[in-house]
Amino acid sequence: MAEVTMENVTKIYGEDVVAVRDMNLDIPDGEFVVFVGPSGCGKSTALRMIAGLEDISRGKVFIGDEVVNDKPPRERDIAMVFQNYALYPHMNVRENMGFALKLRKMDKSEIDRRVGEAARILSIERFLDRKPKALSGGQRQRVALGRAIVREPKAFLMDEPLSNLDAKLRVQMRTEIAKLHNRIGTTTIYVTHDQTEAMTMADRIVVLKDGVVQQIDPPQNMYDNPENVFVAGFIGSPAMNFIQAHLEKENGGYAVVFGRTRLPLTREEIEEAKNRGHDPDQYANKEVVLGIRPEHMEDAGTEEAAAIDDAGGSSAMEVEAQVIESMGSEKYVYFSVPREHAAHLESVAEMTDDTGGGEEDTGGGSAEDAGGDLMVARVSAESTSREGEKMRLVIDSSKVHLFDLETEQAIF
Amino acid sequence: MTTASTEKKRRGGLLREEFGNPERRTAYYMVLPALLIILVVAFFPILQAVNLSLRQATVAVRGPFVGLENYSEMFQNPDFMEGLTNTLIFTAVSVTLEFFIGLVIALAINRAFRGRGLVRAAVLVPWAFPTVISAVMWRLMFQDQVGIVNYVANAIGLISQPILSDRTLLLVGVILVDVWKTTPFVALLLLAGLQTIPGDVYEAARVDGANVWQRFLRITLPLLYPTILVALLFRTLDAYRVFDLFWALSNRELESLSTFVYEGVRVSQLQFAQGNAASVFIFVTAFLIAIFFIKVLGMQTSTEE
Repeated sequence: MAEVTMENVTKIYGEDVVAVRDMNLDIPDGEFVVFVGPSGCGKSTALRMIAGLEDISRGKVFIGDEVVNDKPPRERDIAMVFQNYALYPHMNVRENMGFALKLRKMDKSEIDRRVGEAARILSIERFLDRKPKALSGGQRQRVALGRAIVREPKAFLMDEPLSNLDAKLRVQMRTEIAKLHNRIGTTTIYVTHDQTEAMTMADRIVVLKDGVVQQIDPPQNMYDNPENVFVAGFIGSPAMNFIQAHLEKENGGYAVVFGRTRLPLTREEIEEAKNRGHDPDQYANKEVVLGIRPEHMEDAGTEEAAAIDDAGGSSAMEVEAQVIESMGSEKYVYFSVPREHAAHLESVAEMTDDTGGGEEDTGGGSAEDAGGDLMVARVSAESTSREGEKMRLVIDSSKVHLFDLETEQAIF
Repeated sequence: MTTASTEKKRRGGLLREEFGNPERRTAYYMVLPALLIILVVAFFPILQAVNLSLRQATVAVRGPFVGLENYSEMFQNPDFMEGLTNTLIFTAVSVTLEFFIGLVIALAINRAFRGRGLVRAAVLVPWAFPTVISAVMWRLMFQDQVGIVNYVANAIGLISQPILSDRTLLLVGVILVDVWKTTPFVALLLLAGLQTIPGDVYEAARVDGANVWQRFLRITLPLLYPTILVALLFRTLDAYRVFDLFWALSNRELESLSTFVYEGVRVSQLQFAQGNAASVFIFVTAFLIAIFFIKVLGMQTSTEE
């Protein structure tokens, strides 16, 4: 086991196609790090540079204390799990798992012991003599994991290992990989485009976009304090709503105004903005982007809404519910805001490429499916609002986010 | 319930099961014309040839039944034995050379490099020539007065007499020309097989610690094995039945099994019965070669898993 360090790592294809730009990352021994981002963001390229399957154009990769830039994969002592499993079709499960050990001329009895142990952990003992083609997707994925485990490598690299599985199996394997990591504690770098996987598995998440690291943080921090519009929209399901609004000064404080809605900023939020080096005054009377998570809105007619009201500083907006999806435990209300308040942000458009609702397994999040500029609120199941009717949504203004319209960076 | 109905069907017999179902019956009607054509153009001539090989036949008459006499005479005929020896040597050597050289070429052009498409096309050029044309072309080059190959081989002391006047040298020449001509075909077949091996398997092997040689031995070769068998079977049967190269390059001097058959059965010859027996011999032995590939070497005859 070892730490993995990336120092200004850059990958350039051909003359000027930059796949990864100046990536810096320190992964302490035993950490589970997830690279997440839309397709083409450079996350797999970054992983493959660590594995040694791609050359590093600039910068350094350390495994342990060693610079491994010029070492072939086999000298890096890392194990990798591939999206398509990449099992050796002509070998049975036992041979697949023992292949690396056999190449190292390890003792036959030691190979058997390790393969048996890994098979037991992954509950694939029954399949040891089968060829990969006789296994289901989930079983193949376990074999691929087993092949990595028996190596007892310095680090595990996993490239979208669950994306070929169906939703239910994916959730199950997610837990198993997390359990496995708790048990053997090997440094793990995991690549996915699914923010749910990132949130549930990671010690720390690295969000990438266009080859540039957007933010590195533990999941809860990432969710609570996104540093820009892209991260805010990418992390969380259903995705955060963005509204173009106006920041106004009012008797000593500030308020975000759009339509007839007026959200006074809390003292904590102003404090946070100052901590980030922003003077709220510089945004006064200017357009800003307001970010509200679906779970921070509530149907005004429910008890939960009263709770938000009690917390103080809440405000409401009147909307017309276009679609209401009932999930049993909660309801998703889809509505649109007037055109002048719809925030057209480039980075948000990019996100919808492959992170649409269909990929999510926590349910819902299908705002994109419902069409373009729809906003979504996650309200209590007791809400009695109906499609096509007006309803009032209470916004928890202590939980909203504000972004610079130009730079898309978080103000708080 | 299920077992009971299967049982019942079995008792009804195969015919009833196959023809009882209207859909299946239609299917049989559909393949019937094809089956008839195969019967007429393949099975009937084969049976007829076997029948004739057991008789004192000529082109014109069927003749009396003589058992295996034609065969025993055939094996005592020095022309036939020479043809058989030449054919076996030719098949073994040319197929071996074509396989190894073809494999090297396939591995080389399987890698991505600039101008790969052009190289792939260029490699195939010899294969695109009609065999007779390449044979005549090479015969000119082997010729002892104007032939460049003969001249160079003589100059560097490789040969002491003209190529075309020595049967051993002729056989070597025939083998070389066949290798020149057919290696591209083998390379193309193997290349197609190489391209079905997924790239991530190689990446997994690299991460697992396999070096180039180990990747070739433990990944490429086993995964290419089915394609190798197909290529070898095609080439072995083709080489075993070789006719045109021997005929045109040696100007009818060098005997192969097929040239022996031709000499025997053509109208002006009187050894019709022996030629016919030789053709049956080729058919049966070629069939055995195919069986060997499928049964002993485990060649897949269909793509079903």
